[in-house]
Parts: sequence; structure tokens; C-alpha cells
Amino acid sequence: MAMTLEQISEMLAKYPVKVEKNRKKHIVIKDSAAGRQEIEANTRTIPGIITNRGCAYAGCKGVVLGPLKDMVHITHGPIGCAFYTWGARRNKARSEDPGQNFMNYCVSTDMQESDIVFGGEKKLAKVIDEVAEIFKPKAITVSATCPVGLIGDDINAVAKAAEERLGIPILAFSCEGYKGVSQSAGHHIANNGLMERVIGAGEREEADGKYPINILGEYNIGGDSWEIERILEEVGYTVVSVMTGDGSYEDLQNAHTAELNLVQCHRSINYIAGMLETKYGTPWLKVNFIGVAATAESLRNMAAYFDDPALTARTEEVIARELARVEPQLEQYRKLCEGKTAFCFVGGSRGHHYQGLFAELGIDTVLAGYEFAHRDDYEGREVIPEIKTDADSKNIPDLHVSADERRFRLKMSPERLAELKRQIPLSYYAGMNADMADGTIMVDDLNHYETEEFIKLLKPDIFASGIKDKYVVQKMGIPAKQLHSYDYSGPYAGFNGAVNFARDVSMGFVSPTWNFIVPPWKDEPLLTGSVTEEGVA
Amino acid sequence: MRQVAIYGKGGIGKSTTTQNTVAALAEAGKKVMVVGCDPKADSTRLLLGGLCQKTVLDTLRDEGDDIELDEILKPGFKDTRCVESGGPEPGVGCAGRGIITSINMLESLGAYTPDLDYVFYDVLGDVVCGGFAMPIREGKAEEIYIVASGELMALYAANNIAKGIQKYAANGKVRLGGIICNSRKVDNELPLLQAFAEELGSQLIYFVPRDNLVQRAEINKKTVVDFDPAAGQANEYRRLAAAIDNNKMFVIPKPMTQDRLEELMMQHGFLDAIA
Repeated sequence: MAMTLEQISEMLAKYPVKVEKNRKKHIVIKDSAAGRQEIEANTRTIPGIITNRGCAYAGCKGVVLGPLKDMVHITHGPIGCAFYTWGARRNKARSEDPGQNFMNYCVSTDMQESDIVFGGEKKLAKVIDEVAEIFKPKAITVSATCPVGLIGDDINAVAKAAEERLGIPILAFSCEGYKGVSQSAGHHIANNGLMERVIGAGEREEADGKYPINILGEYNIGGDSWEIERILEEVGYTVVSVMTGDGSYEDLQNAHTAELNLVQCHRSINYIAGMLETKYGTPWLKVNFIGVAATAESLRNMAAYFDDPALTARTEEVIARELARVEPQLEQYRKLCEGKTAFCFVGGSRGHHYQGLFAELGIDTVLAGYEFAHRDDYEGREVIPEIKTDADSKNIPDLHVSADERRFRLKMSPERLAELKRQIPLSYYAGMNADMADGTIMVDDLNHYETEEFIKLLKPDIFASGIKDKYVVQKMGIPAKQLHSYDYSGPYAGFNGAVNFARDVSMGFVSPTWNFIVPPWKDEPLLTGSVTEEGVA
Repeated sequence: MRQVAIYGKGGIGKSTTTQNTVAALAEAGKKVMVVGCDPKADSTRLLLGGLCQKTVLDTLRDEGDDIELDEILKPGFKDTRCVESGGPEPGVGCAGRGIITSINMLESLGAYTPDLDYVFYDVLGDVVCGGFAMPIREGKAEEIYIVASGELMALYAANNIAKGIQKYAANGKVRLGGIICNSRKVDNELPLLQAFAEELGSQLIYFVPRDNLVQRAEINKKTVVDFDPAAGQANEYRRLAAAIDNNKMFVIPKPMTQDRLEELMMQHGFLDAIA
């Protein structure tokens, strides 16, 4: 089923020459003999191309800030932006104090034409006051939408004044949708704001339990982080905070007390991970809790970091017990999945992570790609020094942190750290390319035209992407699984998640729906009759 | 109905020139509506004898929105109809969007009645964004007059406005009717302005001399035609009004490069300086 360069060239030949030249750089056929393969990423989508990408506001408010449950997130703008970032990602949250869980609310300033003409600052101030009065949250965020930036509302000044007036932190994020080339810019803006205002603001100097860790880049979609936390807690870890799925302002404040930061989605949260290391001396470990093998490996890497025989023994115990439990269940689904192929185009980490889980079910990933990733997410962090900064990336402010004089503490000797880095992905991400099989394809910022063409050429058995392209592909007769929101299912992470995923994917394959994909008029005549002679004397 | 927009550098005297011209047209029996397109809402002060109390955009802010035209369209000198688009305080919101909204609203309220001979738009300063180009887009004003003087910055702004007109002329009926010189008593002002207008492919439609009477009338919230109808300056405005009324020359301007503009200045404005 492997595609040739000629087939790809033929597909791209439909584009105008300039577009063809551009898109060519975003497509790579894996060839391990070719050494390092460069792919272009995090550059502007060509106008006119229907991309799956989101905007900076979606990345900031929709992805990173939205899941923080004990803060009220205000969207300053016309109503659509708030509505479409309201629960659509299925970030779940529960709270011991139900009065401090605002996940069900959608708060917007609902700007009208008069607010555009006369400025929306007064309305925003009023909304902040109302939110503080009605919900009494611990903190409030304000996220800017495009028109706010165009008319120049100073949301930072409004937030600052409100903070003084109300006595609670009010964080303003200038994440106007048009900033940057994709939602990635918004992740960065949110990371900066959380680092500057929330993380480390807590009083605690030490975590409550043993082996304290933070889970970064895990958004609890369909309950993923609950499954991950279940496993980690059974092993004996103390989860200080999750950024940001089922996360809270309260927990994030004391995130500096962790001894290790786990990074699940590298793209959306590596900025905080890096800054935590600089500021507090806490290394981060690239983990992957999608798939049983990847989960087991992540657990083993964590145990190696803490280097405690009891923890290591407990890790193996939990892995053995979980595998014994889920393997027989996976086995029955494997019978339905074996030999199938997958097309996996998601976000900035899932396009990579799900390949392992597919492989465990006997499904080969023939094409994978990211919407908004940067080159390091494909090629590994060693390319970062090579990545050219451009006007778009320079437009996103960098936050520079330095070691916290009081709290900075090396977690181990530099020698042991160096030794560990040789064994486990500590403060390192190898990227998607490292795990791709020869002959498979990587595509960055895939668009609708190429999706359809690739589907026709590769004829995958399952399409793993999102809401924007799933229906087109389903109509082509191929089951689609949304890996942004998991459709209505989940969790898919950890051991239990693998079983859920295997069940859902198998259901897709065996669904009788596909028998009805050809409409009746395609294989039955619309009219029936017979030709008879008439009027013949 | 002729729809006329007046542009020019900030402070050049657009509002004063517009209102004095309109007063002269009204005196001659023309039915004229003046639409102020400046958030400061001071484009009709001399015709109304004071600042307009309620702008079009004020109505947008009021709850209910059920607005009658006569709340915003006020009769001024000799039954001129005066309306201000209004807008935000300096430094907030979007004045350009305000003008677009306001002109659309005036249309839907039925302000453009067939008995009008003229509609004058008095537009703020330079064409800084799409909003300020509103009167020359979408088939509204079809003739533009640019108020200028012999100062380089005034001509620079005029040339930029000509670029805007050229852009919109390509898709519509907007044309440049001429340059009005509001004299600053700069050396060689008249020949310079004539050369400038000619270079644009247009004409210097009138040269309004400087007269302190204009200031005195303004302090009294009146146009010169109203304040001192017998004065020579009143006749200057009457002649400007007549020139506009009889104007037949409407062109797509040919704006010049900055270098050419400076060359023109050297040639005419500063002949003595370089000699």
C-alpha cells in the first residue's frame, strides 16, 4: 500500500506551481536510509487552502486555559468564539467543591456593533464584576478575540484594574485569533501567562506525598487523565497538578513542588516544561500514555528517574497486573483489527502517540501528520537550534524566566542526570519520525484536497482525525474516529483506555452501516418499465 | 442629488469650508444635507449654531434602537439638514467602523430624500482606514473635493487622498472634482496649487483667501454667510459654491510620487529659497 513519490507529485501537480513547491516541503516519505529527513512545519497555510488548523484564541482559551475548572474563563468578543470553545473538546472535570467547578459555563462579553464602535472595555469590566459576584471564583481569565485586537481594547489594563478592585487574580491573554500561523501560538501565549501568574504562586515548599509529579499536556479528554492518575497513584506517585485537564488554579500554584514533570503533549506545553526546569531545576520526562506498551514504558522510565527499588518493584507489579487484565480483552478485538491500516492526522502529539496503540491492535499506520506542530515534533528536539524564526513566530512574545533563588534545586547530581538522559527521554522528545515505518508518509498541515487524494490512494481502513474532516471521509465509506474529542467515548489513555479504543475501533470496522453507504439509486434503476411498440398499425 | 465628500489634512479647514459653502448653496435656494463623518461631531456646529446634541451612533448605544430620523437630523441655517455620525472617544473603539455603521443607518432611516440637491460628507483628516473611505465606496459620494494649502504636508495628504480616490474610482463612479485652496498665505501659493491640481489631472476649483472674519464668525457659532452676509469673504464662499454648482470636470486623479511632489514644491513654492 506504500505510495511512491510519483503518486505524490501527481497529486501536487494539481496545485499552482508556487503552492506545489510549498506543499512539497510539508510531505515526507519515511526512508531510514536517507538519514534525517527535514519537514516544513509551523508556517503559514496558503490562503485558499482549507486547513484543519485552529486559531491562537482556540489554542489559548480552547485548549490550555479552558480545562482549568476553578477559574471562570471570559471570552471578550462576539459570541461565536466563546460558544465554539465551550466543552467541544470534552475536557472532563470534577471537583470536591462543586461550587468551584465552572466547566459547564460559557462566559462571553457578547460584543455587539456598538461595543466595536465605542470600545468594549467598559463592558468587559462589567462582566468581570458580575462573574466575581455570581461565581466567586478563585481567579478569572480573559481571552481576547480578533476584533478586540483590531479596536485596541486594553484588556490588560481592564484586568489589572479589576484585580485591584476585586482582590482576586485576573489574567488577561492577548490571544487574538489572527496571531501566529495556528493554534500553536495560543498555546504559547497561555503557557506564558500561567507561568508568569499562577505556577509557583502557592505557599507550599514541599508536596504532600512521595514521588510528587506534575502531568503536563494532558487535557482529560473523555477522562484520559483520570485513567492515567489511577495508574500513577497505584504505583505510588503523588500527582501535584495536571496541566490542564481536570486541573485547577489551586493545584497549579504549587506545581513547583513536583520532583518531575511528565510531558504528554509536547507541542502545547513544552514551554512551561522548559521554564519549570530553568526556574526550579525540575527536569521533564516525555511520556506517552496511549497504548499499553507506551504506558508501561513511560512507567518504567519514571521509575528509572526516581531510582527507588521499592518503586521499581511496584511499577512492575502494576504493569504485570494490568497487562494480565487487559491483554485477553485486547486479544478479542485484535482479531477484528489485524491487518488493517490507519490514517492518523491529529494535533501536535496524538498523530504520533496513537500509532503505537494502532500497532498493538495489528493496525499499520500508513500516513500520519500534525495540524499545528513544529519541526521538533516531527524531527526531534535536536533540530530546535536550526529552526528559523520568522515574523510569525517573533510575533509571539517569549517569556524569559531565571532560576528561583529560593526554590531552585537540582533534583540529582549533574552526572546522574547526564547518565539518565542517555537512557530515558529526559527533557527530550524524539519526535514522530523516529517511530514511523519506512515507506509511510508524514504530512504537515494536511488540507481537505490532500486528505481526499491520500484516502483514494492509500485506501486506509480507518481515518483518525477530527470533526472538520471526518464526515467527508465517512461518506467515502471509511470509518472515522475523532481523536480530538473521541466522538462520545473515552478514556483512551492508559490500560483501560486501550481497551476502550480497541472496542470503538472494532465497532467501526464491523458496523453494518457500511452496507448502506451506496445510495439505492447507484445500483438500482430509478424507473422500471418495458419498451413496447405503440401505434403500429 | 449630488453627493459630495470633502477630504483634506487634519486642521486644514474642511469643516469651515464645507459649512460656509453649504450656507452659500442654501442661500441660493439649494436643499442640502450635511453628514459629519468625524467622531468629534463638530462638522455642523456653524450651521446649527452649536454642537449637535445627538449623533447617529448615539442612537446605537441607546437601548431600544427605535429611532426616529428627526431625533438626529436637525435643521440648520436656511433649512440645511444637519446630521453627525459621531463615534467613540479618542483612543477607544473603532471610529472607522462607526462611520460605516452610521451611513448605513442613515440610509435605512430614509435620510436620503429625493428632494435633496446636495449631500455633503465632511470626513475626518486623512483616509486612515476603510471606514473613512466609506463615503467614497459603495456608490455614495461621487464627487470629491480636497481642501489643501501651499504647505507640503497639506499637499502630501491631498496626494494620498487622491490615491484613495484612484483606488475606488476603478470600481465605482467616484471622481475628483477639484482642489480647494484654503489659503495659508504661503509664498507662491496660487501657482503651486494650480500646478499641483494640474499634475493630478484636476483643477484648482477655487482659491479661498485668508480672512480673520472666518474666525470671528466661528466664535459666534456661525458661517460667514450667516454672520456677515455683506462681507467680501462671504462672497468668496458664494463664488466657491457657484464653482462647485457649475463644475463639470470630474476626473480619476493621477497621484504623484513623493519625489515628484517635492520637486513641484521646489519649483513653485520655494523658488525664492533656492535662488
